[in-house]
Amino acid sequence: MTQTEFLNIVMPFKDKVFRLAKRLLVSTEEAEDATQEVLLKLWNNKAKIEEYKNVEAFSMTMTKNFCYDKLKSKQAQNLKIVHSNYEEKNTPLQKQIELNDSVSWVGRIIEELPEQQRVIIQLRDIEEYDYDEIAKMLDMNNTAVRVTLSRARKAIREKLTKTHNYGVR
Amino acid sequence: MVLDNIEKLLKKYENGETTLKEEQVLKNYFSSDTVAPHLEMYKPMFDYFLVNQQEQFTKDVPLKTKNIFNYKWISVAAVAVLMMGFYFSPIIANSDCNDLGTYCEPEQALEEVSKQLAMISNHFNKGTQTVGYLNEVDKGTSALGYLNEIENTTSIIFKN
Repeated sequence: MTQTEFLNIVMPFKDKVFRLAKRLLVSTEEAEDATQEVLLKLWNNKAKIEEYKNVEAFSMTMTKNFCYDKLKSKQAQNLKIVHSNYEEKNTPLQKQIELNDSVSWVGRIIEELPEQQRVIIQLRDIEEYDYDEIAKMLDMNNTAVRVTLSRARKAIREKLTKTHNYGVR
Repeated sequence: MVLDNIEKLLKKYENGETTLKEEQVLKNYFSSDTVAPHLEMYKPMFDYFLVNQQEQFTKDVPLKTKNIFNYKWISVAAVAVLMMGFYFSPIIANSDCNDLGTYCEPEQALEEVSKQLAMISNHFNKGTQTVGYLNEVDKGTSALGYLNEIENTTSIIFKN
């Protein structure tokens, strides 16, 4: 398989891989690295690529697993950069701006959801995959996907109504 | 009527029962400017989804075409080098000391050396001739000696 052939296969969904990685890892740089890693893995296994029925679904599963591993290893490192003796009196500038922007507020709400719900919201509401595809990617059954999705959507709606009614705190 | 439909769809949406088409209807509705006030809190959510669909991966991926290095070629190259070695080595052996830039015969060497030495002494003599001009400078300095006379007279003047 030549490079161009490979790129033709990969191009349509590389953005989706990136967005999924970003949804899980939050930082853009890390998401870029993860995407690169996933694409390189695909490239190295290009001999097998024709055997896969659905390369896109396969790469999404790969991305998800890769990001989970990343997150796990991060937690295991136990080294966190946290200010313990420093407290800012005013709300930080970035936070203020974010709070003003209700759209990015949604992003923060999603960030607080459990990983699985985040993945499913990403795959369904942003990437618009159908339930069967998502079920296959995540190795879950159809109803479990629906239940998780419904929970995630309700959680988002609840938080949104709260901020909508009381104003952004 | 439309609003009724949207509310129904929203309920289905929350239960995860909507199809992709119905979700598209919702997205279209909330991206328009005419959202009913009591549904306004959904707007940022759908806006967020739409905005996030646009995000793109811009980093380059270095795809290395793996050169599977074939060790057979090393042996081929080695054989070629060996053949060259065998081919050229007799020539070097035959040419004795000629390639080293020296003379093989002692007489010839002596001749050459004396020739070189003669040339060197020739050039050396030329050099000494030109140095002869320095004598002129010496004469000049002796002429300068007369200046002392002037100094003597000035010292006499200043003493007085």
